[in-house]
Amino acid sequence: MSYEVNGQTVEHDEEGYITNLSDWSEDLAKVIAEQEGIEMTDEHWAVVNFLRDYYEEYQIAPAVRVLIKAIKKQMGPEIGNNKHMYELFPYGPAKQACKIAGLPKPTGCV
Amino acid sequence: MMEEGVKKFLYVNRKAPYGTIYALEALEVVLIGAAFDQDVSLAFLDDGVFQLTRDQNTDGVGVKNFSPTFRALGDYDVNKLYVERESLEERGLTADDLQEIVYEDEDDDWAEKPSIRIISRAEMADLMHDQDVILSF
Amino acid sequence: MSTLHTVNKSPFATQSLLSCINHVKDGDAILLIEDGVYGAAAGTGVSDAVAGKAGSVKFYVLGPDLEARGIPATRLLEGVEVVDYAGFVGLAVEHDRAQAWL
Repeated sequence: MSYEVNGQTVEHDEEGYITNLSDWSEDLAKVIAEQEGIEMTDEHWAVVNFLRDYYEEYQIAPAVRVLIKAIKKQMGPEIGNNKHMYELFPYGPAKQACKIAGLPKPTGCV
Repeated sequence: MMEEGVKKFLYVNRKAPYGTIYALEALEVVLIGAAFDQDVSLAFLDDGVFQLTRDQNTDGVGVKNFSPTFRALGDYDVNKLYVERESLEERGLTADDLQEIVYEDEDDDWAEKPSIRIISRAEMADLMHDQDVILSF
Repeated sequence: MSTLHTVNKSPFATQSLLSCINHVKDGDAILLIEDGVYGAAAGTGVSDAVAGKAGSVKFYVLGPDLEARGIPATRLLEGVEVVDYAGFVGLAVEHDRAQAWL
């Protein structure tokens, strides 16, 4: 199973999470997002970039409540709230956004 | 006062980080368990103190370096990491050999405070005695 | 309030038994199981440590694990009590919490 991006093949698991984290690019993120039925806006990118930075620093994808708290601090309560996050990523902000960000499925995510 | 239904959980870490899977498993259980809003503490004694040392780099051994993840625990409201002084001393370590781990105190204008607390063996025994549930790794 | 401590490793392979002994409170109980039962024998390198604590803490050892390893009751340190599986359960019920020393 793989994504095709700019002539490159990027392997992913059965749920769509990429196998090698270093394969990620912004173009790949757009491809994954499209398959998820999401059109990337600045707000989507802010979440994706936050997730990538968090993973880079702590080696884990944050739990949803940690993500929302951080986005609230960074972008304000209008965006950093549960409802808005689910509007951006209808199948779950951590689960779906992590997939687009090229990270493993978050720990404790059922 | 503790809210009703909140129990004191202590995760006891006594193993070095990479020789066995215990340390990583413990950390994953702590992260998942954090969703249940209990009063959580972590204890590091015996070889468990090696989990918190600075400058770990696993690039050459092909396993994930999970030591940075301890620094995320504050985000999960896990901010009591008790380290036994005697265990450090027996291994030729001091508090300076441990990485810095902080949390933001919600009740004090989000001031950054240290999560690691060095305690004596006797205090560790008291801490264990003061728990509702002890999970050993 | 008291704790039931279990130790399942040989005291000659790991520090678990000694670490346990160093952290128990008066009135606690220590139950030796699996390879931990080797710590219950007299005349070993850890006998003094166990005997020295036996005044303030009660030591138990799991019978089936002793028998499996061919350790006769006559070799046990004085004051160590042998329990069966039902006794193990009883100890778990009697104490307020259990702590495993792995």
